Amino acid sequence: MTDLYKRFGGGLGTLFVALVAVWLTGMVLAPNIMMIDYALKPNLPPAEIGGPRDVYSLDNILYLANEGVHRAIFFKTIWASALVAFVTFIVCYPLAYWLAQNATQNQTAIVLLALTIPFWINEVLRTLAWYILLAFRGPLNALLMSLGIIDEPVRWYGDGGVLAGMTYAYILFMLFPVYNAIESLEKSQIEAARDLGASVWRTHWRVVIPHAKAGIATGCVFTFMLAAGSYVAPALLGAPGSRWFTEIIYNWFFEGGDWNRGAAYALVLLVLCLTVVLVTLRIARVSLTEVAK
Amino acid sequence: MSHSVELHSVGMSFGRTRAVSDVSFTVEAGEFFSILGPSGCGKTTILRIVAGFLQPTDGAVLIGGQDMAGLGPDQRPTAMIFQSLALFPLMPVWENIAFGLEARGVAKAERRKKADELLHLIALDGYGDRMPGELSGGQRQRVAIARALAVEPQVLLLDEPLSALDLKLRQHMRSELRSLQKRTGVTFIYITHDQSEALAMSDRVAVMSDGILQQVGAPRELYDNPATPFVATFVGETNIIAGEVSAIDNGIATVESTHGRLRGRAGDGLAVGKTARLYVRPEALEPDGNGGNRLTAEIESIDFEGAFALAHGRLDDGGELVASIASTRLGHAPSIGERASFAFADVNAVVLPDD
Repeated sequence: MTDLYKRFGGGLGTLFVALVAVWLTGMVLAPNIMMIDYALKPNLPPAEIGGPRDVYSLDNILYLANEGVHRAIFFKTIWASALVAFVTFIVCYPLAYWLAQNATQNQTAIVLLALTIPFWINEVLRTLAWYILLAFRGPLNALLMSLGIIDEPVRWYGDGGVLAGMTYAYILFMLFPVYNAIESLEKSQIEAARDLGASVWRTHWRVVIPHAKAGIATGCVFTFMLAAGSYVAPALLGAPGSRWFTEIIYNWFFEGGDWNRGAAYALVLLVLCLTVVLVTLRIARVSLTEVAK
Repeated sequence: MSHSVELHSVGMSFGRTRAVSDVSFTVEAGEFFSILGPSGCGKTTILRIVAGFLQPTDGAVLIGGQDMAGLGPDQRPTAMIFQSLALFPLMPVWENIAFGLEARGVAKAERRKKADELLHLIALDGYGDRMPGELSGGQRQRVAIARALAVEPQVLLLDEPLSALDLKLRQHMRSELRSLQKRTGVTFIYITHDQSEALAMSDRVAVMSDGILQQVGAPRELYDNPATPFVATFVGETNIIAGEVSAIDNGIATVESTHGRLRGRAGDGLAVGKTARLYVRPEALEPDGNGGNRLTAEIESIDFEGAFALAHGRLDDGGELVASIASTRLGHAPSIGERASFAFADVNAVVLPDD
C-alpha cells in the first residue's frame, strides 16, 4: 500500500485503493453475504418477512442432508467433477509435454491457435456441437457403425456425454498451466534421466511430473471448480440418470420458487468445493499463491 | 591398452548446416581425453554423438569395440555430466546419485548403500539427505559426478562442467577431477573451450575448429609442435611473423620476413618459395639474448601478472609482439618507450604454411 502511494501519489493511490475496495465489497463480499443470508432463512410469503417466523436456522441445509436423492446427486457431482479433472489432465498432459519440450515454435503457435479458436465461440454453442455429434442418429454413431465397431447406435447422452463435453470445454484451463510448468523444465533434466537409463514412464513420474506439480494442481483445481459449477454440459448432454447438482439448484430457484433452499444448496456446494481444493493443494504441497501465478 | 571409444569419419549435418566433418580419433581405456575448441566448433555435437543423443549423419562410433549405431543414450555404457549438471532439484542427494540404479530396478536398501559409498568417494559423507539446492557449487559438481559413476559407465562424458564455477574453485575441481579419474580408472572425455583447463588435466587433447579436427596429441605436443596455424594460435599465446620460405634444411626452415632472416622448426606442408608464418611463444623471447633470430620492438606496456610480466611491444612494421619476462628478472627488463631487441633459438619457433 505504501508502495502504491509512493509510486502514484496521494490522489491516484487513493483512487486505486477505492476501486479495489469497491470491487471486493460489491462483486465478492456482498453477493456471498446475501447468499448466506438467504440460505439460513426460511422461504416465507412476503407478508411474513420480518415476522416472528423469519429467524436464522440450518433447516435448508439439513433438508439437503435428509433428502436422499439430492444428497446422492451432490456427492456424485463432486466425484464426477474430480473425474473430469483427471480425464482432462490425462488428455492434456501428453500434448502439453510435446508442446513444451519437443515442438518447434511454429508448431506451438499453430496448435495453440487451433485450440484457442473454438473458445471464441460461446460455451452453449460449443456444447451444442457435442449435442449434435453425440446424437442417437448423429455422426459419431454413424461413423462407428460404418467402421463396424458397433452394431446398434449408442445412447451417448448421460454420464459419458457430460464427461466428454466438460473435458472439451475445460481443456485450455488444464493445458496452459501444465504447459507453462513443463516448459520451465530444463531439457537436460530429461536427457540426464534418459542417459542414466530411466524409462519414459520413470522419467515422467520422477522428473517431469514432480517439476510440473504446481501447474498440474492449478489445472486440476480450475477444472474441478468449473466442472462442479457447470450447468450447460449436464443440461444439454445429460440424461435423467446423470443429473448434476447445479441443475437442482437451478430448479429450486426457477421452478421450485424457493430461493432460500437454492441458496443453501449453492452454499453447500461452494463450501465443499473449497474444501476439496484446499485439501488437494495441501496434499500436493502447493500454496494458493502458486496457483494464482 | 584397449580402445575405449573410436570415432570413424564421423560427420553431422543439421538440415543444411554442417556441424562436424570427417572426425576420427581413438580414446584409450582409462584415458583423460579432452576436446578443445572455441564455442560452435562442434565439440558438443561430438560429445552428444558419443552419448547417443544424436545419431551421426556419417561415420561410426564404437565403444569397447562395439558399434553404437541405433543405440540411444539409455543403452550405451556412457554417462554424461551436463554443463548445467542437471541434478534433479526435487530429490535428495542420495536419490539423485542412485537414480540410475533405481532405473535398473535395484532395491532401495542396496541403492542407499551404493549412494553412501559414492558419497564417501567424493568426500561428502553424510550429505545424502540434503537437497541439491542446499549444496555449494563445488559440492553439486561432485554429486553430479557421483550420479554418473553410480551406473558404472565405461566412459564418462563431461560437457564443460566447470564453466559455472569461479576461478579458485575451478582450479581446485581440476585436480579433483583428475585424481577421481585416476582412482576410478574410468575413461573421461572432457569438453572445454578453456585451453589451460585442457592442458592441465588431460592425457591427450583433440583440438577442433569449425567442425574439423585439427590435431590430437598430448598437451606438451600441441604446445610445442602445433600441426596447424589454428592450433598454434588457439593453444597458448604466440607471436606471428609472416614471410617467405627461402630454405628448408634438416627440419629447420628459414623465413625471409620484414624483420630479416628468421629460423624455426619446419612444419608439415612447407615448401621453398611459399609464404609461411613463424610462430614463437612469448616465453621463448629473451630480451638482449643471444642467437641468430632477432626481433626489435618498441615497448608500449608491461603487464605484471605475478610470476611473470608480459611486455607488449610494437614491431617496426606495426605488428604486435608479446614477450614474457620472469618476475625475478624484471630488474633487467627494458622499460616502456625503449626499443628492445629480443632473441629466440631456432628450436623454440615453428614455421607453418599459410592457410
